[in-house]
Amino acid sequence: MSEDQIKNLEAQFEARIARDEKIEPKDWMPEKYRQTHIRQISQHAHSEIVGMLPEGNWITRAPSLRRKVALLAKVQDEAGHGLYLYSACETLGVSREELYDQLHTGKAKYSSIFNYPTITWADIGAIGWLVDGAAIINQVPLCNTSFGPYARAMIRVCKEESFHQRQGYEIMMTLANGTPEQKEMAQDALNRWWWPSLMMFGPTDAESVHTAQSMKWKLKRKTNDELRQQFVDQTVPQAELIGLTIPDDDLKWNDKRKSYDFGPIDWDEFWQVVKGHGPMNKERMNARVSAWENGEWVRDAAVAYADKQKEYKSKQAV
Amino acid sequence: MSKDWPLWEVFVRSKNGLEHRHFGSLHAADAEMALENARDVYTRRNEGVSIWVVESKHITASNPEHNAELFEPAQDKVYRHPTFYDIPDEIKHM
Ligand SMILES: [Fe+2]
Ligand SMILES: [Fe+2]
Repeated sequence: MSEDQIKNLEAQFEARIARDEKIEPKDWMPEKYRQTHIRQISQHAHSEIVGMLPEGNWITRAPSLRRKVALLAKVQDEAGHGLYLYSACETLGVSREELYDQLHTGKAKYSSIFNYPTITWADIGAIGWLVDGAAIINQVPLCNTSFGPYARAMIRVCKEESFHQRQGYEIMMTLANGTPEQKEMAQDALNRWWWPSLMMFGPTDAESVHTAQSMKWKLKRKTNDELRQQFVDQTVPQAELIGLTIPDDDLKWNDKRKSYDFGPIDWDEFWQVVKGHGPMNKERMNARVSAWENGEWVRDAAVAYADKQKEYKSKQAV
Repeated sequence: MSKDWPLWEVFVRSKNGLEHRHFGSLHAADAEMALENARDVYTRRNEGVSIWVVESKHITASNPEHNAELFEPAQDKVYRHPTFYDIPDEIKHM
C-alpha cells in the first residue's frame, strides 16, 4: 500500500471511531492502534491476575465463613476478569503464551498497587473499598471504548466489580464499629492504602503522554486528574460515615469548586514502585512465575490425555 | 513438552427460548475441559442454561474487506420490505 492509501485508510478509521462505530478484530486498523491496544489490554489483564495474590494471602485466614466465601468469590472474579481480557487481547493477533511471557520476564507492567503488602485482615477491606473503587472509576468509561472485544469484556467486568467494593467497605465498617483495636486496624489500613490508591489514576495530566491519543480512541474519556478528583470526592464522605480519617492534612472541602482539595502525591514513590522497587514487586513475580512453572506438568498431562482420547476415538471409528 | 492449549469459542444460551450467543473465548486441552472452564469463566452468576464450545480454528469468518460485495447488494432491494407496497388506507391490518 502506498503512503497516500494508508493515510486515507487512517482518516476513514478515525472517522468511524468519531461516529461511535466499534472496531472489530478483523477490521483494518493502524498498527499503532493495534500495538496500543495490545499493551493496554494486556496490562489490564496482568493486573487482574497479579491482583489475586495480595488477597489470596488472606483466604485461609478470613475471620468467618461469610467473609471467606465472599473473598473467594471476589478473587475468582478477578481470575475471570483476567481471562476475559486476555482473550480480548488475543483477538489482536498476539498469543496467550507471548502475553504470559511478557509478564513473567518483566517486559509488561501491571498495576503498581499490587506491589504493596496485605499485612492485616483490614487490608482486605481497604483493597475492596479503595482499590476496587478506584478500578471501577477507571473502568466504567471503558465500557464504551472503540475496540469491540475490549468494550464487551469491560461491560462484564464492571457488572461484577460493584460487589467487590461493597464487600470491602462492609469489612471496613465492621472493623470501624468494633473494638478500639479493630478500629485502629481499619485506620491503619486506610493510612497505608490511601495514597497508593490515588496513584492508581496515573501521573498528573501535565506528565501524562498518552492522553490526547487515548481520548481519540476512547481508551479514555476523562483525564487522570479528573478521575482522581472524582475518587476523592466520592470516598471522603464514605470514610467519614464510618468514623475513619483520610490520612491527608491538606484535605478540605473547597466550596467554590464543590470538590475536595487534597495534598500532593509522592510521585517519587510511584515511579520507584513502577520501576520494580516497591515492597512486594519481587515476591509477586516469584509467586506468579512459580505458579506457572509448577503447573506445567498439569498442563502437559491434560494435553497428553486429550491426545490419547482423540487417538482412542479415531481407532474406534475405524 | 509444554504444548499450548488450543483456543475455544464459547456460546451461551442465557435462558430457554433464547439463542446461544457468543460470550468470549478461552483455552482448554479438550472439549470437555473447555465446557468446564466456560462454566467457571462465563456463568458464575446464572448467566446460562446451556453452553456450546467450538475450537476457534473450526470457525470460518467472512473478511471485512469483502463487506461491500457481500452486504451492499441487499441495500437497494427495498421491495423486500413491506413499506414498498401501496395498499389503500382502509386496509387496517396488513
Ligand atoms: Fe477485576
Ligand atoms: Fe475487583
